[in-house]
Amino acid sequence: MLGEGILKGLTETARNFLGSYVSKDRLTTIQFPEERLPQIEATRDFPFLVYDGTEWEAGLRCVSCQICEKECPPKCIYIEKSKDKKPDATGKLQFYPTTFNIDISVCMSCQICVEVCPFDAIKMNVEFEMSSEDRFGGLLLRKEQLAKSNEYYNKIHPTEATAVDAALAEERAKAEAKARQTTEAKAATPAPMATPEAGETK
Amino acid sequence: MPEMIDQIFVLLKHWLLAYVPAALQPIVSAVLSVVPVLVAFPLLFAITTVLERKGLGRMQNRYGPNRVGPFGILQPMADGIKSLTKEDIIPRTADQVVHFLAPVMLVIASFVVYSVLPIGKNMVLANLNAGVLFFFAVGSMVELSVFMAGWSSRSKYSLLGAMRAIAQMISYEMPLVLASVVVIMAAGSLSTVAIVNMQAGYTGIWPRWYVFTPWGLTGFVIFMIAATAESNRCPFDMPEGESEIIAGYYIEYSGFKFALFFLGEYLGMFATSAMAITLFLGGWAAPFSFLTWIPSYVWFFVKLLIIIMAFIWVRGTLPRLRMDQLMNFAWKFMLPLSIINIVGAGVWHLIPAGFTRWLIDSLLVIVSCVLLSRGIRRGKSFHVRTYRFAS
Amino acid sequence: MTITFLLLAATTITGTAAAMSLKNLVHCVLALTLGLVSLAALYLQLGAQFVGFTQILVYVGAVAILAAFAIMMTRSAEPAVLTGSSSFRVSGALIALVVFAVLGWAVWSGTGALAVLGPEPEAPVNEIGVALMHRFVLPLEIIGLLLTAALIGAGILAMDETRRTK
Repeated sequence: MLGEGILKGLTETARNFLGSYVSKDRLTTIQFPEERLPQIEATRDFPFLVYDGTEWEAGLRCVSCQICEKECPPKCIYIEKSKDKKPDATGKLQFYPTTFNIDISVCMSCQICVEVCPFDAIKMNVEFEMSSEDRFGGLLLRKEQLAKSNEYYNKIHPTEATAVDAALAEERAKAEAKARQTTEAKAATPAPMATPEAGETK
Repeated sequence: MPEMIDQIFVLLKHWLLAYVPAALQPIVSAVLSVVPVLVAFPLLFAITTVLERKGLGRMQNRYGPNRVGPFGILQPMADGIKSLTKEDIIPRTADQVVHFLAPVMLVIASFVVYSVLPIGKNMVLANLNAGVLFFFAVGSMVELSVFMAGWSSRSKYSLLGAMRAIAQMISYEMPLVLASVVVIMAAGSLSTVAIVNMQAGYTGIWPRWYVFTPWGLTGFVIFMIAATAESNRCPFDMPEGESEIIAGYYIEYSGFKFALFFLGEYLGMFATSAMAITLFLGGWAAPFSFLTWIPSYVWFFVKLLIIIMAFIWVRGTLPRLRMDQLMNFAWKFMLPLSIINIVGAGVWHLIPAGFTRWLIDSLLVIVSCVLLSRGIRRGKSFHVRTYRFAS
Repeated sequence: MTITFLLLAATTITGTAAAMSLKNLVHCVLALTLGLVSLAALYLQLGAQFVGFTQILVYVGAVAILAAFAIMMTRSAEPAVLTGSSSFRVSGALIALVVFAVLGWAVWSGTGALAVLGPEPEAPVNEIGVALMHRFVLPLEIIGLLLTAALIGAGILAMDETRRTK
């Protein structure tokens, strides 16, 4: 019979129409600013810089090695290396970036900077509400905007951050053990070992 | 008192006219009649767009617009401001004059048809002797504006879209007119006011609408299907298939001119719906004799909203038709059925009232409907389509 | 000779003159449509509602569209530019003059009959229907038959070659 399928379709849409007022389960929409879905852990958009401790300027892990700047495919990272050295979170003397800019209007979220960083200093952020009225300045993130604490990193990517922390702790323990060894060795034979040790800290 | 409320707009107009000098009265009277129509129907258009989007959303288990204003009811204002502030782009090679005239003509034609639609008792702009004919005559000017829009854009897509749209409109105009012929036969008049008056009586509590006869029902269904096609509504919205066939004849329009096309389309839909109400659903008449105390214009708009709701419902349900399906349906099913329906109406008037003519007329319609639907499907086997070169 | 009549007459003449003289064929069709619409308005002004609306329905709704389609389907996408030679124009003007003379003579000699106008009919649409169904039923049927034959003929012409030979 002509029109049978049309009637079936009409009943289906009528069911949807009335049903959507009766049961909330039918409506799958998440109304964004008020309701949010929990973020999945692997979410990533733009890079940020991790610092240890509470002082962001003192605790930045970045030593301004500029590998990320060289590796970045769209060249959206700009680093200026410092002339002097400052002690980092562990108290070692290191170079630090006087300028660290990321132009997120250019960044393509490839995560290559994160992969090449030998110091676990740059990681991917999850913050996505970054709309700005200034098309150029507003999307150029500076050092102070990029710096986020390690606690924040632990919060957004728990699994990954725990692994990184463990690796860093192990490395530090190793370094400390070595340092202790050298001090012990120094105590035994004071003069000749001093020069290579100073070179190592560089 | 109900009589008073029913006629309140008419009385208001007469009261206002009394303060106007006699020389100016014809002009002021015309303005006083026309302006409410020019306000009411665009307002209905604004309300319909938001209701349509909300309704369609609910049919697809979504919320629909709910951000602008409470429950999203101010959405049409946001849309209006947006389309007003958008840049009006005219293609460099376009025919400037015709490109400008096309949307203007569409809107004018869409508004002019309202002059013969009785919105309530004694509420019609022009009671023409040939009102129904006027409606279809002015309605056919829409096709010309579609052609102008498609041709003047000087774009092959808009030209193809215009061809598609005009072919569809011409094909469906015939069933549309033929379906209304049965009512003209019954009423013996082409005047819309006379047609409504013929249906205004009651048998017991039941109304004497033409839709409650076999030929009337068939005519109504044919009329509504053809009206859907005429106003480019889904499932006959091939002229404006935005997603697949790039919107057709108004592809080169932007900003306010695009909004005018949108407005014209909706006004056309309201006008054909109002015509269907006038012809088959008793115009402004109440559905039961004990409900006559509710003003006539209220009934008119209630019926109009119900028909609009049906349009939205169908749009939320059916997929778009293909060109050949569209044409086959118009020429092989709708046209013969509407002609048979005219024969049926003639038979109805020849046979004296009683059960016999109900039986004969119903049988005529049902048998021809079944035979025609079988004919349209003959030689077609439904199977999963395979694409020769795709795999 | 009211202002309305003068305006409508001017529009009619402008429209038809533009239809003859414009360079672009589609513009010609649109100008012709303007002429036909104002002609319909003239009918309406004379109180002939049925004729006026039928004029719009048939000429604007169908004939103008068909003409436009015919132009678009037979010409290339480039705007068609007419280049008529002068001899063409002279002969055209001659033919137009002759036709005008014949029509003018017919109207002039017919005015005597029109001088005595009957009372205006109450419902002209009804009377036209009655006249078509009684006095002019034979011409109506003949025209109907002719149009049906034309329709079928057009259908056969448009049919596939393979199906026709089968």
